[in-house]
Amino acid sequence: MTTTTITTTTTTTTITKGKPSTFYETFERKAGKDKLTTHYCPGCGHGRVHKLVAEALEEMGLGDRTIFISPVGCSVFAYYYMNTGNVQAPHGRAPAVGTGLARARQDSIVISYQGDGDLAAIGTAEIVHAANRGENMTVFFINNAIYGMTGGQMAPTTMVGQKTLTSPYGRDAATEGYPMRMSELIATLEAPVYVERVSCTDVKNIHKCRKAIRKALQLQVERKGFSFVEILSTCPTNWKMNPQDSIKWIQEVMEPYYKPGVYKDKTAEAKPLPKSAPITDPDELRRILGLEKGKTEAKTRASIGERRIKIAGFGGQGALTAGAMLATAGMNEGLQVTWLPSYGPEMRGGTANCSVIISDKRIGSPLVMRPDVLIAMNRPSLDAFEQEVAPGGMIIVNSSMIDRKVSRSDIKAVYVPFTELAAGLGLKAAANTVAVGAFLAQEPLFDRERIFEVLRTSFKKKEAVETNIRAVDEGFNFGRT
Amino acid sequence: MKKELIKGNEAVVKAAILAGCTHYFGYPITPASEIAQAAAHFFPLIGGTFVQAESEVAAINMVYGAASAGRRTMTASSGPGLSLKQEGISYLAGAELPSVIVDVMRAGPGLGNIWPEQGDYNQMVKGGGHGNYKNIVLAPNSAQEMCDFTILAFELSDHYRCTAVVLTDGSIGQTMEPVEFPDHVKPAPAKDWAVRGDAETRKNLVSSIYMSTETLRALNERLQKKYAEIEAREQRWEDYRDDDAELVIVAYGVTSRVAENAIEELRRKGLKVGMLRPKTLFPFPKKRLQELAAGRVRRFLVAEMSNGQMIDDVKLAIEHKKPVDFYGTYGGKLPAVEEIVDAVETAYNRQS
Ligand SMILES: Cc1ncc(C[n+]2csc(CCOP(=O)(O)OP(=O)(O)O)c2C)c(N)n1
Ligand code: SF4
Repeated sequence: MTTTTITTTTTTTTITKGKPSTFYETFERKAGKDKLTTHYCPGCGHGRVHKLVAEALEEMGLGDRTIFISPVGCSVFAYYYMNTGNVQAPHGRAPAVGTGLARARQDSIVISYQGDGDLAAIGTAEIVHAANRGENMTVFFINNAIYGMTGGQMAPTTMVGQKTLTSPYGRDAATEGYPMRMSELIATLEAPVYVERVSCTDVKNIHKCRKAIRKALQLQVERKGFSFVEILSTCPTNWKMNPQDSIKWIQEVMEPYYKPGVYKDKTAEAKPLPKSAPITDPDELRRILGLEKGKTEAKTRASIGERRIKIAGFGGQGALTAGAMLATAGMNEGLQVTWLPSYGPEMRGGTANCSVIISDKRIGSPLVMRPDVLIAMNRPSLDAFEQEVAPGGMIIVNSSMIDRKVSRSDIKAVYVPFTELAAGLGLKAAANTVAVGAFLAQEPLFDRERIFEVLRTSFKKKEAVETNIRAVDEGFNFGRT
Repeated sequence: MKKELIKGNEAVVKAAILAGCTHYFGYPITPASEIAQAAAHFFPLIGGTFVQAESEVAAINMVYGAASAGRRTMTASSGPGLSLKQEGISYLAGAELPSVIVDVMRAGPGLGNIWPEQGDYNQMVKGGGHGNYKNIVLAPNSAQEMCDFTILAFELSDHYRCTAVVLTDGSIGQTMEPVEFPDHVKPAPAKDWAVRGDAETRKNLVSSIYMSTETLRALNERLQKKYAEIEAREQRWEDYRDDDAELVIVAYGVTSRVAENAIEELRRKGLKVGMLRPKTLFPFPKKRLQELAAGRVRRFLVAEMSNGQMIDDVKLAIEHKKPVDFYGTYGGKLPAVEEIVDAVETAYNRQS
């Protein structure tokens, strides 16, 4: 292809010396016999813009790298024409689909081509956020002030007073709001690098349009992020005008409201976005995931049956951590374990509790409704769960924080001042570790050493490990008495 | 690998990465948020992508994009988010894109609450969006299966070019249990249909639009054939003490764990009760249910945390040959063991 003439005063777009290779010679994906003419109406702006985009891709040598997203709207069939990789997207979602594509293939050129219903109505969230994230993609926004595909209903960009099938008396700003200026809106965001509105009417404007398209694509080639070109475009069919009047309507009605111009240009200061390549080496992945090689040995050991434990306290007392310590130690002992926390807003400012089950066989429900052992770290926990403890069960009470005795007589009560014992070691936060020690004194499911192992891996500071080990011992010794 | 004590939700992310998933797109929601959080932690470290999308609608469409580009990609959410994703899931089905979705169910309808329920069965197992499509649905009942089924979901979705859902609930997602991550995971197959933005795939198109009635009919027929093949080949279940059972409980997810406790109790009382636990909800384990119905089983009892969304599948599988009773609960509370014991005892003693 050498030269291109686009005649705007007539109804067709003529390319005199051959089509760019980025535009299919014949439209094989098009249904029906006619594989030579586009599905667009005479004088439609879409066909014109397609060709400008195709020419730019050809000239810039981007045919192989491009992924063109067809939206929902009259340009839903853009893939009939664009000789690039093609993906068709749901109505309004092209910028989200483009995000997935651009992140997945960082060397590709992603084009999101969208109409005004697609982009400015149903897809408002997607366009705003793709722009705000500064996705490395180019958006061509075809503003024709109407829903073309569905036969001429009102768009968010329909002019005040404009009659459409769903604004039969003319768009009334009092009830339907004002036409949305998307370029201005997108330009308020920090991330986009380039936002321009052009009009695709006369030769001079088409030249500007071509330049804007190239610039937007070039920025993407340089990985400078998000570029947005709004193109005022004709829909003679639904405007119920002939193509010449349509051009005039753009010039006289649309342009004064949708002023062409550059709304944002950060080309000079924009830095290329970083690239990343997924790691595929399995060993490296395992290292990153913190997975340890080898097997956890299944130990043959005396049967311990099953213990259902509930640990409760106020947030910050470490009830959940105490449960996790017991569960981890149990796992390392070769036992079956589960740990289920209370979760969600109930934890906010209130009590936290967890269900822990340690068993020598497969565990059913992980939720402990009738605990064999309740560790109550504060008064509300004792009040809440005392009645749930299974008959013959046990409650270990943090006597530093709970000023009453267990009222039931069918269960065993053990009183250990978790908080005081921890404070005695200079680490009040270790009250939960004291509780673990007290528990093991009553329920010798495994050796304390198992807990020490957990402590050694969970604290970085040697000092913290030592203090917590002593806390376990304090709880254990007190709990035995 | 050595066993790790880990939440089901977090196991999903590690498993996905081992399976070669490189792109995660999601939106936070309790009780699925740990999945997004773990993804936000790990995906950047492996040179992959984590995007917190502006909505579940956007997230599923990002998945659509990354899947179109041939990546192993996923999202996760819970009820309200899945409702929003349905549009995208229908497009994924129409475009025959592989993708993995984890649904950590919470209680509904509406905002409901954040505690476990199984009320998303219909929307995930029966299609949920518009059109004649189905998802493969895997139903883990432990953290280990959250790992194993996530990997399986990637394998099946790539093989059949469809969405595979890991359907779980708040308590399985939140519970920490020992998990042994696998030593080897099969790499993803080559995807010559993908659009990668290179010369080789320039000719490719990912789309769900078929303008002629014949071509759309052909797509639909191809989809139905695929689902029939999935039904023939991919039914998975666990038999739990059902070899001599006169009453078989059918339960999945955390409800099956409560049912295990109930069965222990019922056996102690001398009742011959077992369980058939579907591991796949689509395809539903019809083969095994038919065998059971043809044998000594007198009755079935479906136990669910829903209004009975699975019952019809059981009744159809056994062609109404045996009576099917139901125990259901909702609102976010796990059933108590005694409740299932009572329901089974009543059913067991029923004469008709
Ligand atoms: C979810 C959904 N809602 C509605 C439609 C119907 N629909 C198809 S195209 C369209 C409007 C397109 O208008 P616009 O984006 O302005 O593009 P144009 O046709 O004018 O180029 C609508 C509402 C759809 N396909 N999907
Ligand atoms: S209806 Fe309008 S936008 Fe659609 S093809 Fe015709 S002129 Fe173009």
